[in-house]
Amino acid sequence: MWELIRLNKRNSVILFLVMAAVLIGLGIIIGAAVHPNGLILGGLVALVVWLVLATISLSSGDQILLAASRARPVTKQVHPQLFNVVEEMTIAAGLSRMPRIYIIDDPAPNAFATGRGPQTASIAVTAGLLAKLNRDELQGVVAHEISHILHRDILYVTLAGVMLGAIVLISDLFLRGVFRSSAYGSSRRYSAQARRTPAQVQLVIILLAVAAAILAPILAQLLYLALSRQREYLADAGAARLTRYPEGLASALEKIANDPGPQLSVATKATAPMYIVNPFKRGLGYLTSTHPPITERIRILRSIGNSVSWAQYAKAYTQVTKRSLPYRLHDEPLPVRPGQEAGPVASPSAQHRQAGDLIRRMNGFRFLTCPCGLVLKIPPNYTLGHIKCPRCDRLLDVPEPALASR
Amino acid sequence: MNTIMIVILVILVALILYVIGVFNHLVRLRNQVDNAWSQIDVQLKRRHDLIPNLVETAKGYMKHERETFEAITQARSQAMGARTVSEAAKAEGALGQALARFLLTVENYPELKANQNFLALQEELASTENKISFARQNYNDQVLFYNNRIQMFPSNIVAGMFGFGKRDFFEVETPAERQVPKVSF
Repeated sequence: MWELIRLNKRNSVILFLVMAAVLIGLGIIIGAAVHPNGLILGGLVALVVWLVLATISLSSGDQILLAASRARPVTKQVHPQLFNVVEEMTIAAGLSRMPRIYIIDDPAPNAFATGRGPQTASIAVTAGLLAKLNRDELQGVVAHEISHILHRDILYVTLAGVMLGAIVLISDLFLRGVFRSSAYGSSRRYSAQARRTPAQVQLVIILLAVAAAILAPILAQLLYLALSRQREYLADAGAARLTRYPEGLASALEKIANDPGPQLSVATKATAPMYIVNPFKRGLGYLTSTHPPITERIRILRSIGNSVSWAQYAKAYTQVTKRSLPYRLHDEPLPVRPGQEAGPVASPSAQHRQAGDLIRRMNGFRFLTCPCGLVLKIPPNYTLGHIKCPRCDRLLDVPEPALASR
Repeated sequence: MNTIMIVILVILVALILYVIGVFNHLVRLRNQVDNAWSQIDVQLKRRHDLIPNLVETAKGYMKHERETFEAITQARSQAMGARTVSEAAKAEGALGQALARFLLTVENYPELKANQNFLALQEELASTENKISFARQNYNDQVLFYNNRIQMFPSNIVAGMFGFGKRDFFEVETPAERQVPKVSF
């Protein structure tokens, strides 16, 4: 596992530098296209942009990604089981600090982890995930995310997410500018320079810049993809090791993949690779997909057998995919523990109600159980000290509104 | 003459640096083992703290289960008063057994199972049992890494020089402790 962490740290540095090279190269060529002497200026501007981005993504990249996914921090009262499961996995992984917990108000089941390192990590899960999974499955998903934290994948993903977003943005801006100026014929602005540089040379440079602007985001994304798929497999292996129960994650992945509902609405191209399962249901093909095929992941987890370890997972991986993992990991096999009784799965309508209650609890609703069995859900702006039960007409005391988590 | 001296000096310095590196690594592993051990302690203490609440909530519903409650309370005080590690392991085993029996009895009281307060406590208890077993799992993992390191060549030489001793695994004695109480949700 130490080899894995070292490798990931090295990959993060490589990614950081390659993204810098792509960004500065893009700056130089766009600078040259805009102005014949803009070569150095373009490069400098890109360097500054990169430095600013690097600072931002290192200091608050996780907050940006969480905000972009509309994730909200929650307290233990909102979902005690989620907190307990995260704490259990924190203990199993031997992390010194429990990650902060966020919930995304979306019915599509999914989850991700972000942060710089184990000390500043956060885990976000959707309300749909909490409603649809049982305890063992939730534990599998949380263990997968904790493994990302443990393997230092989160720094890489956070950096890549912010940098990739910036490269896409700059290319987009430039391409739009080129098309607009050519459409309105505003190239007259550059007529003074055009006299000094032959028009053809300038045209070639502009064409080059357009090509670079189109290729740079693709290049950056490919680089990102090349490494992110292996990480998913390794996080699955880590989850099996932490829980000692690969079936939990396997069955969770199955449920997420077969979810009939609409896809996650808050996911974007830059944030999609963070999630445990690709949030885009259709469109992206295998080559451009950031995630390995989910059926393959499930099959590997189910063919692990009776003892979990890196070596055992690697064996199952080879057995299912006929390839081998690019990492050599040695460790002792550890016995699989029996699953806890999962309990009956709630009906779809009950799941729907659970998800709704969760959102209400996040929004400061108070829940009151009347002795007659009716559960009253009191909105945060209800200020009276008591309420009449609509079923049995009993007068009930309303607890003080709890501080809504912000 | 001089070159030989330099070669010897370089080898000596390299050797010292290597020993320092291994020593620091061993210290880090040993601290991780200690930390994992204290984590088990924290969780066991949490279980002790949870029990009075659980008993208090359940008592009103389970009027005919005095022996069950007495067994839990007694096992708890024994576990809290345990002096040695083996004594503690035995008492905690008995406590786990008593709790497992209690959670089985709860199945016969549907009213209790509908109580929100009790359900919350039950989730806490189930989670604490999980945390105990995960803390133990992590402790055993750390002990395995540490023991491997101090027994394998060449780090065993450094371990021997500075007196790094082998650590024991946290073995589960009673079969009841091995099996975490099953709680259905």
